[in-house]
Amino acid sequence: MKFLAARRRNPLVAIGLLLFALLAVGGGYAAIASVQPAQASASSQTQVEEGKQLFLSGCSSCHGLEAQGTANGPTMIGVGAAAVDFQVASGRMPMAAPGAQAGARPTDIYTQDQIDALAAYVASLAPGPANPTAEDLDFSNADVAEGGVLFRTNCAQCHQAAGQGGALTQGKYAPNLMAATPREMYQAMVTGPQSMPVFSNETLPVEDKQAIMAYVTELQTASSPGGLDLGRIGPVAEGLFLWTAVFAALIGAAVWIGIKAR
Amino acid sequence: MSTTSPVEKAGAATATYVDQRLGSNKFLARNLGKVFPDHWSFMLGEIALYSFIVVLLTGTYLTLFFKPSMVEVVYNGSYVPLKGIEMSEAYASTLDISFDIRGGLLIRQMHHWAALIFLAAMTVHMFRVFFTGAFRKPREFNWIIGVVLVTMGLLAGFSGYSLPDDLLSGTGLQIARGIVQAIPVIGTWAAFLLFGGEFPGTDFISRLYAIHILLIPGLILALVTLHLIMVFTQKHTQFPGPGRTNDNVVGYPLMPVYMAKAGGFFFVVFGVIALVGGLISINPIWIFGPYTPDQVSAGSQPDWYIGFLDGALRLMPNWESTIAGFTLSWNILIPALIVPGILFTVLGAYPFIEAWVTGDKREHHLLDRPRNAPTRTAFGTMAISFYVLLLVGGGNDIIATAFDVSINSIIWFLRITLFIIPPLVFVFTRRICLGLQRRDQAKLLHGYEAGRILRLPHGEFIEVHQPLSVKELAVITSKNDIEPLPVPEKADIDGVKNKKFKSHNRRAKLSRFFYGDNIPLPSAAEIEAGQAHVAHDAELEAPLAAYEDADELRRAHGGVLHHPGMAETNAEQEAER
Repeated sequence: MKFLAARRRNPLVAIGLLLFALLAVGGGYAAIASVQPAQASASSQTQVEEGKQLFLSGCSSCHGLEAQGTANGPTMIGVGAAAVDFQVASGRMPMAAPGAQAGARPTDIYTQDQIDALAAYVASLAPGPANPTAEDLDFSNADVAEGGVLFRTNCAQCHQAAGQGGALTQGKYAPNLMAATPREMYQAMVTGPQSMPVFSNETLPVEDKQAIMAYVTELQTASSPGGLDLGRIGPVAEGLFLWTAVFAALIGAAVWIGIKAR
Repeated sequence: MSTTSPVEKAGAATATYVDQRLGSNKFLARNLGKVFPDHWSFMLGEIALYSFIVVLLTGTYLTLFFKPSMVEVVYNGSYVPLKGIEMSEAYASTLDISFDIRGGLLIRQMHHWAALIFLAAMTVHMFRVFFTGAFRKPREFNWIIGVVLVTMGLLAGFSGYSLPDDLLSGTGLQIARGIVQAIPVIGTWAAFLLFGGEFPGTDFISRLYAIHILLIPGLILALVTLHLIMVFTQKHTQFPGPGRTNDNVVGYPLMPVYMAKAGGFFFVVFGVIALVGGLISINPIWIFGPYTPDQVSAGSQPDWYIGFLDGALRLMPNWESTIAGFTLSWNILIPALIVPGILFTVLGAYPFIEAWVTGDKREHHLLDRPRNAPTRTAFGTMAISFYVLLLVGGGNDIIATAFDVSINSIIWFLRITLFIIPPLVFVFTRRICLGLQRRDQAKLLHGYEAGRILRLPHGEFIEVHQPLSVKELAVITSKNDIEPLPVPEKADIDGVKNKKFKSHNRRAKLSRFFYGDNIPLPSAAEIEAGQAHVAHDAELEAPLAAYEDADELRRAHGGVLHHPGMAETNAEQEAER
């Protein structure tokens, strides 16, 4: 130790340490970075090629020939397979019409194979969120009540407590979740489509996502213990029902009783 | 007394028994026979009364199980999606009422629906009283009691909405606290005082509970009693009609007719509330979850009666200024305190404002037809349109999602139309009222247009007018023509300056604004002449009418139409041919 202690103020030591640190960081990064492209390359080269052709004919006018993005559409580099699958399979992309926000619609523009090819192509450009595995979507062991808390904390301010959707600024909106599949929920959380923030697996672990999926599924399937639920959008629907149906009945009764007996 | 049947005998015996102890016969004899006029719109207040009784009954049941406490507990009831979640005892006990207590959800929903109906019925009852001028002398005090009752109703409703401590009620309370904080200078301290410290604290639900089940219902009950006693002693107003004057009441006695009608109507209202409470979900608190300050739901709305306040808040631009170190939040101050303050003050003061403008000091027991008070009617519809626009603003996010429009566009549309539509409504209503007055005048002078053209024997064509029925004549001529106050003299004949010229002139101008466009009733002579002319028309047509009515005659003449002087029998006609 005396040897090190004696030479620790040598100017060469600083350079040596710097070199060592750079090597360690660079080497470590290279080792980690090389793991993810391996995921992308899992899809076959022909699928990527097919996806590229589909992209060029169907998407490039807005997203750019190199998927680099244009004034009309964001870059696709690094958005991942999950984003492509969510947007195209739900009919949001290709966009039906320019507007505040791309809306979901029933679609048969692309087959699932073609969507997979597009997703493979986009995923091959840069690493990004991958599609969920069956394991990711299995929420059979999730805690519904915990999911409720997570949903109200993270989702309800836009999607409304009952998942009925809500208004955002300038015509944008958070869609109604009553027909959303667990796969769509997962994809939306990891990719953050449109105005939605990204809930990556680092900020919201997969178990929490599963709890949310369980809670939303509960909302979708639960019956209404109180009777007709009026769309579960809160007091506005209740007030409307009051002033139309209920009050009409009461005034009708008043008129009936008020008629002179003959 | 000649009692014959055993029932009557028993009734008389009971009455005597009670009378000997309470001396009640005289009181009952005087009051049970009291006459009330008949009209369906006189029952709107009854809807309010009956729904309030349902609120009291169901509310009593709820107090047996509701725990007004903010102590944190872990829910372990039967609603699975909230099992194991920490929440206040207030919320947990509301969940228990909804899921684990027999009939609890039905009673809760009836309580909530009945409360909404209570406020709606009060509102509509108030409209009826306003537009018919029933608030005029001697009923001004009762109008004020009514306005206080509406205010109490708003407080009762909002305090109840806030009690379950779910996400929606907590959000509402947060806004209420913000409004208190916006009061200049004392706001922050007032908020701390009311909530017992920081929001949400641990005190507020129990404080609100005492207000909701004790203070406000007690006040409402006392005021309702006073309201009804005054209706009783001042007698009910009546709509104009034949034989109805300012000095009589035409209708049926309380006992038995109105006892039966009102009693029956109570059960109808109760039945409707029970039906709606049993079939239609209201405020499903289990979906909103327990209140925590870090959560909020999209589409958070108050119940309909607070909607106008929420709407005003949503529409207000974000204005704020700082004066001498105090922040003035105009964005809250104006919509939440100043606008409702003005609305309710004007509402309460309206009878006095109108009496001052018109200089009318007479008693009124005969109701106005809305058209005959065009400026008042226009004021009313203007206020309603303003209120409705604010109400629409309160639901702007729901409208945005339901109709796929931008919420910003809705806000800007409402911000602008809030200042355009109410004045237009004022002008239109006033014009419509005056138009209807002209029509009444035409009816008096020329009768009804029958829509029939008559050709007279000498070839002239006339349009037949029909005389008015006795009832219609009475209704139309019930109109009170009020002359606008004259412009005051600047100085009297001796040249002494009129010191009150300015204020009197202002009042005269207002009076002219109220009544300047009035279309006066024709004089009695003119009406008589008009109706006589109409009667003459009818006379010309009479043979024809008699002929058409007489089926036998028609059959005898083979369905051929005749005029007087034409051949009557078939034989004569044949001969003519």
